[in-house]
Amino acid sequence: MAQMHAESRKHLLRLRLNGRWREDAVADSQLLVDYLREVVHLTGTKIGCDTGECGACTVLVDGQAVPSCLVLASRCDGKSIETIESLATHNRLHRLQRAFHEKLGAQCGFCSPGMIMAAEALLRRNSRPTEEDIKAALSGNICRCTGYVKIIESVQAAAGMLP
Amino acid sequence: MTAVRRDGPSLKDRGVPLIDGVEKVTGRARYTADLDHTDALVGCIFRSPVSHAEIKRLDVAKAQQLDGVFAVVTAADCPHTYGVLPVAMNEYPLACHRVRYRGEPVAAVAAIDAATAQRALELIEFEVRELPAYYSSAAARAEGATLLHDDKPGNIEREVHHIFGDVAAGFDEADLVRQHRISCAEVNHAQIEPHAVLANFDPETQRLTVQSVTQVGYYLQLMLARCLEMDVSRIRVIKPFIGGGFGARVEVLNFEIIAALLARAATGTVIMQLTREENFLTHRARPQTDVMLKLGMRRDGQITACACEVVQRGGAYAGYGIVTMLYAGALLQGIYDIPAIKFDGYRVYVNLPPCGAMRGHGSVDVRHAFECALDRMARELGLDPFAVRRANLLRVPTRTMNELVVNSCGLSECLDRVEHASNWCTRIGKLPPGKGLGMACSHYVSGAAKPIHWTGEPHAVVNLKVDFDGSITALTGAADIGQGSSTMVAIAVAETLGVPLDRIRVVAGDSAITPKDNGAYSSRITFMVGNAAIDAARNLKAILLEAAARKLDARPEDIECFGEQFRIGRSGQASLSFGEVVQAALVGSGAINVKGTFTCPPEAQGGKHRGGAVGSTMGFSYAAQVVEVTVDEPTGAISVDHVWTALDCGYAINPLAVEGQVQGSVWMGMGQALSEETQYLNGLPAHSNLLEYRVPTIAESPPIEVQIVESHDPHGPFGAKEASEGALASFPPALANAVANAIGVDFDQLPLTPDRVMQALVERRRQVRASTLKRQPS
Repeated sequence: MAQMHAESRKHLLRLRLNGRWREDAVADSQLLVDYLREVVHLTGTKIGCDTGECGACTVLVDGQAVPSCLVLASRCDGKSIETIESLATHNRLHRLQRAFHEKLGAQCGFCSPGMIMAAEALLRRNSRPTEEDIKAALSGNICRCTGYVKIIESVQAAAGMLP
Repeated sequence: MTAVRRDGPSLKDRGVPLIDGVEKVTGRARYTADLDHTDALVGCIFRSPVSHAEIKRLDVAKAQQLDGVFAVVTAADCPHTYGVLPVAMNEYPLACHRVRYRGEPVAAVAAIDAATAQRALELIEFEVRELPAYYSSAAARAEGATLLHDDKPGNIEREVHHIFGDVAAGFDEADLVRQHRISCAEVNHAQIEPHAVLANFDPETQRLTVQSVTQVGYYLQLMLARCLEMDVSRIRVIKPFIGGGFGARVEVLNFEIIAALLARAATGTVIMQLTREENFLTHRARPQTDVMLKLGMRRDGQITACACEVVQRGGAYAGYGIVTMLYAGALLQGIYDIPAIKFDGYRVYVNLPPCGAMRGHGSVDVRHAFECALDRMARELGLDPFAVRRANLLRVPTRTMNELVVNSCGLSECLDRVEHASNWCTRIGKLPPGKGLGMACSHYVSGAAKPIHWTGEPHAVVNLKVDFDGSITALTGAADIGQGSSTMVAIAVAETLGVPLDRIRVVAGDSAITPKDNGAYSSRITFMVGNAAIDAARNLKAILLEAAARKLDARPEDIECFGEQFRIGRSGQASLSFGEVVQAALVGSGAINVKGTFTCPPEAQGGKHRGGAVGSTMGFSYAAQVVEVTVDEPTGAISVDHVWTALDCGYAINPLAVEGQVQGSVWMGMGQALSEETQYLNGLPAHSNLLEYRVPTIAESPPIEVQIVESHDPHGPFGAKEASEGALASFPPALANAVANAIGVDFDQLPLTPDRVMQALVERRRQVRASTLKRQPS
């Protein structure tokens, strides 16, 4: 289980989290996902495997989709981190969130935050992705419920490519 | 009853998103690990490093003395067994005297943080006398093998022997009799949310609150009471958001009881989050299964007899064991009209993590063997695979030989739909080399008609609360694990009352608030809880009609509802709004609480023969599917190009969710067919992560077209049956049949990994060479 190690040395971490700069003393050994969940209590980012295989912990680091269980928090100094909590504005669903909701891209919902963040990174660099583009961008995110069919439709809908 | 969204041309126009979907896509949904555990102790489990041994010494003193450790528990703290079946509770939450699989929990600690807990685990002293360990059914059954459980000779947990009809005569009547043996690998649910539990024990009130990933809250409540020797009324079980189940969480799991033991010992709160490896050790999934299947068939494709022997490698403890085996035998029936069936089942104890229930419980591997056999025999007889299925369809309503009631069956239409959608007739046999088409059928129960604890209570209870604000709260113990059951309850209530969906709020899965429910297993919720929800809504409607009648000075039977308007007759001038009617109904009574129930009648609860209750249900779902594959001969890799599935779910209460469930179950069948397989090295799980346990990624997942067939079951809620499991079991055989169509090789194993395909192709080339050589003069 990825948890904070009590005896690790701590350093000041300064990063831009969901648009706001903040500073925290974090242990050198602390993973970004544990920093997000245990220190900042942003629990939208999930842990499904601990070892970078499932993609449930995907967040954006300087706009790139990254499994936050494979990144040390201390390595994010000066960087911009975006989590699922940043997408909705004034509690209005982001286009990907709306599409995943309405097209049933989320069933149990546990993979959805990571899946949506990976899709967000894709749509920022490619606003009209092909099905192959979507598959390539989401191939590091495992979903056990949907068979991915409605996930692909959700991303296409968010990109305005479906009625 | 009102039925909406009937037979539109496009499913995309039908159905509603999940009522808890917004929380999920925003990250606001709290799963167990997300619950506030700021001040909680961290629980960790010390697991057996050996597969089979007598415990000689277990000393936890040093761990206990470590600074920051608040509690250490062992079997001494819980000398009680637990288990899902009252007849087979042979497992301790923490091993007692003996360990029977590598990774079995032996002790556990609760400490100030994870690092301290880990250090404490390292201080536990554990000495054993190792015993012979067995990792295959054959080894455990061999003569002279050491027994895992002293009362189970031959390491056989249970044998099942059922004969229905005259089997010998059936085989005599056949024009073709064939037998084949198929071996299916063990698979795992691999639900994406790892197991987690948050347990709190309050020493002042002596109350225990457990928030856990359970699919069946009341089992957990019962087992906690048993293992902790507590009055069950002092235990509260809450189900937070759940990240998938697929059967993994149907049984009470050891870590749930262990966390509660730790919380009580530490008199505080304990969080336990299992690693992915520990999830594989907890297991309870589909066993490695050997199926020997013999079928008799007439020239026209009619099946005359079936003999089936099944050996399941069940793991070290009983768990659901016998039920899995009984399903394997019972569900040979209920799909085709077969005049004679013999079933022999052997559930074997081995030194591996215990197996349990997994989506398609018991039916999947046997259905695979059966549907592959149908295709092979059809080929020999020169019959089309569709024709063979059609030659054996059940006529409904009927009662099968093993007393399963079948009131509705849309399999014939499912066959028509996928045959047409896939252009089967024009494409079969005309595909380019390496490409193939295959098909198969399957079915599954809409809830076990006989619950595990037979108490005489209804099969489902739903409560509705209506208060001064006009809101309706549906209270259900049914566990929404992502399948959309809470949404189904909301729709059932809204449709019955004729009110908009957003007037309904659903509270689910909290033993302090919601009525007991038998839980999320055997695809029972839509049928049973759906019917209970409709019943509750009807009871509420009667109260509202009476109140409206009082207010309008009319008779209740003269009141008509138009959406949320209540009027006298169709042309009535005076009308009341929903809020006004609720206000009238509250006069003299206050907040309204009504109940709805559903009970399966005794005649639906199976035969009188031993084990005859398993497989019995109020309604079967039916599925047919066609799979198109490409086999890459140089690498042996199979890619699935397209899947056409039709599912008879009776009536689609929420077509969007039905489509999602069907796609998910078909795809899970694809994982089992192509790549998923647990493996053990001397009892050590070798695939205990999501890299080596190969769940299909989006990259290799095909388009899955879903056709919904509505056979309108006479007893289903709005005519509905289950939709989440039935389509799974037809995928693996449809795939194997497609591969046979593509490369002319029949496989007797699952999964069809590239190495197995390669091996078969190499073997075939060798045979071709050998026969060529033989023909050449020496």
